[in-house]
Amino acid sequence: MLEMRGITKRFPGVVANEGVDFTVRSGRVHTLLGENGAGKSTLMKILFGLYRPDEGSVHLEGTEVEIRSPADAISRGIGMIHQHFMLVPTLTVAENVALGLGGAWGSSDLRPIRQRLVEVSERYGLEVDPDAFIWQLAVGERQRVEILKALFRNARILVLDEPTAVLTPPEVTDLFTTLRQLRDDGRGLVFISHKLHEVMEISDEITVLRDGRIVGNTVPESSSRESLAQMMVGRPVLFTRTVQHHDPGEDRLVVRDLVVQGDRGNLAVDKVSLSVRAGEILGVAGVSGNGQRELAEAIFGLRPVESGGIDIDGVPAGSLAPKAVRSKGMAYVPEERMRDGVIGEFTVAENLVLVDHGSPPYTRWGFLRFGAIKRQCTKLVQRYSVKTPMLETLTRSLSGGNIQKVVIAREFSCGAEVLVVSQPTRGIDVGAAEYVHEQLLGQRAAGAAILLISEDLDEVLQMSDRVAVIFRGQIMDQLPRSEATAMRVGRLMMGLKAE
Amino acid sequence: MSEFFTTTAIVATLASGIRLSAPFLIAALGESVGQRAGVLNLGVEGVMLIGAYAAYNTALETGNVLAAVFVAILMGVLMGAIYAFITVVMHAQQGISGIGIYLFGLGITDLLFQKQVGTPKPIDGLQSTSVPLLGDIPTVGEIFFRHNALVYVAYLLIPVVWFVVNRTTFGLNIRAVGETPEAADTLGVSVTWTRVSAILIGNGLAALAGAALALEIGIFQYNLTAGQGFIAIALVYFGAWRPSGIMAGALLFGIVSSTVLQWKTLGIVSGSASSFTAMAPAVLTILVLVVVSRRIGQPSALTKPFDRSD
Repeated sequence: MLEMRGITKRFPGVVANEGVDFTVRSGRVHTLLGENGAGKSTLMKILFGLYRPDEGSVHLEGTEVEIRSPADAISRGIGMIHQHFMLVPTLTVAENVALGLGGAWGSSDLRPIRQRLVEVSERYGLEVDPDAFIWQLAVGERQRVEILKALFRNARILVLDEPTAVLTPPEVTDLFTTLRQLRDDGRGLVFISHKLHEVMEISDEITVLRDGRIVGNTVPESSSRESLAQMMVGRPVLFTRTVQHHDPGEDRLVVRDLVVQGDRGNLAVDKVSLSVRAGEILGVAGVSGNGQRELAEAIFGLRPVESGGIDIDGVPAGSLAPKAVRSKGMAYVPEERMRDGVIGEFTVAENLVLVDHGSPPYTRWGFLRFGAIKRQCTKLVQRYSVKTPMLETLTRSLSGGNIQKVVIAREFSCGAEVLVVSQPTRGIDVGAAEYVHEQLLGQRAAGAAILLISEDLDEVLQMSDRVAVIFRGQIMDQLPRSEATAMRVGRLMMGLKAE
Repeated sequence: MSEFFTTTAIVATLASGIRLSAPFLIAALGESVGQRAGVLNLGVEGVMLIGAYAAYNTALETGNVLAAVFVAILMGVLMGAIYAFITVVMHAQQGISGIGIYLFGLGITDLLFQKQVGTPKPIDGLQSTSVPLLGDIPTVGEIFFRHNALVYVAYLLIPVVWFVVNRTTFGLNIRAVGETPEAADTLGVSVTWTRVSAILIGNGLAALAGAALALEIGIFQYNLTAGQGFIAIALVYFGAWRPSGIMAGALLFGIVSSTVLQWKTLGIVSGSASSFTAMAPAVLTILVLVVVSRRIGQPSALTKPFDRSD
């Protein structure tokens, strides 16, 4: 029903898509697989009218069409579930669905919409309260609203951009049930992901993109996780990392009954108690927005502590400024690396010394010593294999993976033995992610106490010695690795206690 | 002080408070529409001056109050079109563009006014009209129902703005565009046109507020508005972007202003002391902004230009 032929899209300095052919058939789930930056999103943005292709054409039901805007795409029956939800948080579910449906000046009577909403959501198992405000909903419910929005606009082709990235395993199961139903209704589905087991489960066909080009077309029956990963990355990928078991040491970081407020004055962290021992990774799993960011910021002194205590090596360290926290031997890899991790307009070298720039050998008599800085940075760039043209390159021009390596190089090289690491591999390519994981395990082997906060459940399960699950600011449970199965942790992430 | 606490004085103060609140109310309601769509317009004061001058001059030439109001609104919409082009189409920074509009309004009205030779002629401004029956109620009628037409218009605008913003498709688009323009865009709502329309409405109302002021006083002078446009912006924050809250704020300012005037008239404060009480509205503005600085309910995309390719 839809064919994209020879699509090429260039941005200054990069070719995002080159000669890409892509077909969507009615009643089929066609997966677009590729790393971050492989060109999946660009291709779909072209389909949805957000970008115009430089070359190539789009054909719908056999006729060539030009998709000028999202409105145009919608009217042609193309619906898109964006990775970052396109919902207005201060409006209700019904209002979000109604948005853009009526004429410009009509009075908006929401009753018919509410009624149809109930019908459609029952039919596809997309339960949601039409009168709830979006900000009140959990992430999984928000996604259902996104799907409902597309269905209300009679989407015949549905593009889902990394829909499972934010879901817990039980929610993924529900989503797949809905997707199969939509497929069986004769809709054409495009599923974008880099999670291989999900791709194997839901796809009818698979197209793999790498560096903007198609490197393979296949079906799940004739492929394996290993073969897909190799196509995606361009080299064999290690799946099972053997994490050496060793006995952890003393408690290094202890958090007792910590209470922290969120940005809206809400209770973001509710009496959280945790302890991380030397040579141990404690993973904190949870759906986005359940207090992880506030927890990390409070521990590192970036957010005031309402009550409770934080001890580093038995010494109270709650409510200290970040500089004082650092002097006690803690380092921090923030989740928003562009906002909190580096200064984009600074050079790689400047970012690498940003913590220690005020002390010798980088400074003498208040003047920066560029020779010493350059020597140290050259060493760091080599040791952490940061791919940068020069030390003087602006940090923001690097890829996400390399920016993360700059942050890791700075934070892991300052001699800290307590590490708070948030979302260390979000949005970076497989190679860089592997590298970050190796570095984390290296620090663990060297005896560091690591608090790993991640929304990527696979990452938490793979890396941690113990897993704590956070839900609405509370720790639901803490499990040793041997007992932490994806389903069990997934249920805890949704706030369901074990029976 | 005792001379202030007489029925006559208090009734007069309240009635004139309601009258003085009308320009605040009209301008702030207009500004709130723009802000709900994500556009901060600091040029309200300048557009009010342009509206006031346009209304004064039209009334002077034609003697027709209705024509004066019409021309004022037209000039406001024209200023709105300029501001919309600068900020929405060209993505200029809203704060500095609004200050530019203010300075332009202040300068151009002064220039044109000075060009008119001789002493400024007063115009036949708006006459108070008593609402049939309601205006005859003792006390209540005097306070609420014996005003000029634009005061009634100001208060009628409260439910109208509420209805448009909360109960029409256009209003839904405005709210969406002010919170999450990306979402509105992907649903085929034109962010540009929604914001442009909101700006035109806001500027049209700002000019109407200026006209209300000039037609009430019956004269124009340099900087006639004396900061009322800026207070109107503060009232939007004070009222937490809700018409009812904005009304409360406008009434507060109107009544404080009329009380200050009444005290001066009655001789309760005199000389240098009256200079201090005259500062009351300004001091109140600062206090109000400090108190409401928690910014609950502010549209998330306020002052943020929207560009699809970002």
